[in-house]
Amino acid sequence: MYAALWRVLPGPWWIRVLILLVLAAAVLYGLFFFVFPWVSTILTPEDVTVG
Amino acid sequence: MPDTPPAPPARRQSDRRRRPASALGVVGVLGEILVTLGVVVLLYVAYQLWIGDAIIGSQRQAEAQEITQQWAAEQPAPTATPGPDATGEPVTAEPVVTPEVGDAEIFATLHVPRFGEDWVFPVAEGVSKTRVLDPIGIGHYPGTAMPGAMGNVALAAHRYTHGAPFENLPSLQIGDAVVIETVDGWYTYRFRNMEYVRPDEVAVLEPVPQKVGAAPDGRYLTLTTCSPMWSTAERIAAYAVFESFTPRAAGEPASLTLAGEA
Repeated sequence: MYAALWRVLPGPWWIRVLILLVLAAAVLYGLFFFVFPWVSTILTPEDVTVG
Repeated sequence: MPDTPPAPPARRQSDRRRRPASALGVVGVLGEILVTLGVVVLLYVAYQLWIGDAIIGSQRQAEAQEITQQWAAEQPAPTATPGPDATGEPVTAEPVVTPEVGDAEIFATLHVPRFGEDWVFPVAEGVSKTRVLDPIGIGHYPGTAMPGAMGNVALAAHRYTHGAPFENLPSLQIGDAVVIETVDGWYTYRFRNMEYVRPDEVAVLEPVPQKVGAAPDGRYLTLTTCSPMWSTAERIAAYAVFESFTPRAAGEPASLTLAGEA
């Protein structure tokens, strides 16, 4: 999977590394700001009130 | 039987040629996917423990700062007597009773210098998770006193997730300032004690906390959140008693800073 990704990326190795870093940042942003907040509402129940 | 001896080498040879392309390739990709999923799960744990509350908490605090600045702009403090007056005594006044507001309406911000001098969260009416506690921050129990009124102002907030306003509630020390800010000014309460109660103990919300049916004899503040951390088994009730009201015209009270602590 990752080997194939490496092969399809263009340019010399440092350009590929740069593209991969940008891709990783985009994936992390999506996870932290959209996926995880949604998962959190399902996985972590919390009750802070009495009554 | 005579056929078998030449067969194994043939199979082995074909295996050697085939495996990297198909069998090993499939297993390899599967492994990569599993490792990736494992990393995502670990990232989620980090999100839940630290990163998420840092992100959401700072968003909520920025919102509260904005509200505070808006109030300051609406009623600018006169430059003549900022802080203590000529006698050196802090300016206080008879507390203004905050008017009741509709559900999910933000009417105050809460400052707790013990949690950080810049620590400030918005306070809205109601304790609905979907309308107040999750999207806004701190909720005011409907039917309990409004700031300035006799009786008990009861607030609730998350201890983890959604910005976790009351994450450090157990770190309060006796005498710590808990300040409710409204458009009228600052209501300074002093932390008195903490109680760990069962989730059904509504007596902590009584006008005199834990005294069922007693007529209000003072101004109290009750903060509730869940306990222990990451559990919904119990609740913490932190009590504070009213100290003074500082009108907005008098400028920020000293209780907003840790240095202002007695």
